[in-house]
Amino acid sequence: MKAPGTFAVSRSTLAKDLRLEWRSKDAINSMLFFALLVVVVFSFAFDPTAEESRKIAGGLVWVAVLFAAVVALNQTWARELRNNVLDAYRVSPAPANAMFLSKVIGSFIFVTILEVLMTPLFVMFYNLRSIGPLWELAIVGLLATWALVVNGTFFAAMSIRTRSREIMLPLILFPISIPAILAMVWATTQILTGEYSPWFWIQLLAVYDVVFTTVCLVLFEIVLNAE
Amino acid sequence: MKLKLTFFALVTLGLLSYALYMALVVAPTEATMGDVQRIFYYHVPSAWMAFLCFFINAIASIWYLAKRSQTADAIAVSAAEVGVVFCTIVLLTGPIWARPVWGIWWTWDARLTSTLVLWLIYIAYLILRRFSTSGRAPVLAATLAVFGFFDVPFVYLSIRIFRTQHPQPVIAGGEGSGLDPTMAKAFLWNMIAFTFYGLLVMWMRYRLELAERSIEEAHAEKALQEGA
Amino acid sequence: MIKYMWAAYIVTWLVHLGYLGFLTSKASKIRKEAEELRRN
Repeated sequence: MKAPGTFAVSRSTLAKDLRLEWRSKDAINSMLFFALLVVVVFSFAFDPTAEESRKIAGGLVWVAVLFAAVVALNQTWARELRNNVLDAYRVSPAPANAMFLSKVIGSFIFVTILEVLMTPLFVMFYNLRSIGPLWELAIVGLLATWALVVNGTFFAAMSIRTRSREIMLPLILFPISIPAILAMVWATTQILTGEYSPWFWIQLLAVYDVVFTTVCLVLFEIVLNAE
Repeated sequence: MKLKLTFFALVTLGLLSYALYMALVVAPTEATMGDVQRIFYYHVPSAWMAFLCFFINAIASIWYLAKRSQTADAIAVSAAEVGVVFCTIVLLTGPIWARPVWGIWWTWDARLTSTLVLWLIYIAYLILRRFSTSGRAPVLAATLAVFGFFDVPFVYLSIRIFRTQHPQPVIAGGEGSGLDPTMAKAFLWNMIAFTFYGLLVMWMRYRLELAERSIEEAHAEKALQEGA
Repeated sequence: MIKYMWAAYIVTWLVHLGYLGFLTSKASKIRKEAEELRRN
């Protein structure tokens, strides 16, 4: 039997995940509610002027997204673990990276949907109006989400059979993600306030994405087979 | 082996004592900061040792992933633990020094932040090892070490660039700039002494790790025999 | 002011001694287990 190509496997796994998620809406609902709670609580903590809100919104948005993403990422492999899919996958000739990529893209879609839904809330609660162009914010959003999700999916796979697995994921993910978080927060703030050009940070995010996607792809098979 | 270790330990003790004497007695008092500056003789060698240990861990982790050598993994965990010890000291002595000299406990500059991130990554490394089953722990930890190895340059670079855009009110200036020759000697002796000390403790931890593994193997063999 | 210098030096050695203590207790635990294994 010829091994199926990476693209074919990724596509079918991704389609399955999206279909399952669409039917249950587990991940999206819990993420959304969690993010909403974070936004509301932060709203009570600060009462910024329009000027101030442009300075702090970047940090607040990405902290909220980070926490919500962890909620989603913790569930990424849960279904597979329950149904022994990982063992079956290990034995099959399908390339390991295909499953990894489909998980990353699935989480990427969920977190992006979350961001799109959260943005109007933020604009409303903080009376936010960006000085810089919105398309730059969109680029930051895409690169930043990928940075969180690619490492997050990898570390979620690492954590699945550890004790306290829900805590293990953020424990590993946050320190490693610090350069990306710095870049996404500062890029967002610089676009919102219009004070500096965000392009250095956008480039840093892009390089971070390339480097860590490569590292994840190279090492994923090792983690999958580590039994 | 035990004899070599004891000899090495005695030499290290001698070096540490002499280096302490150099740092507290021989080295002259600094003009502007006063005696507080002497923290430098402990703070910087600790930072050097932390980075050396983490570097050894990175190499050992890559070696482990390539060859699955038990020696490599034992070295990796020893280096990680000793590295965390030294890094903790850096993060404690740094603020203790900064407070009287610059009036602040902490600042987000490239060096301090990178050190903090390294510390966080390796604490996570040690927790990951403890919380994983004994079969998987070495592989997962080694993978995390590789991530850390690629990550730290990003941390350092991103904050350096941020600080050119948003310069700090306080210059965390080079401690090595314009060092009086006696001070340089005291500094060098402490560097050597702590390098010996770090290697000694890593060696001790390595031996313990090997001992622990042979005990585990003995237990497993016994269980096998009893089952048979 | 010089208190800070002593604080830093003492903290350093406290941490190092703490770790050495950890190694010592680990070593005695291993020794005890080895004794038990040898006995059986």
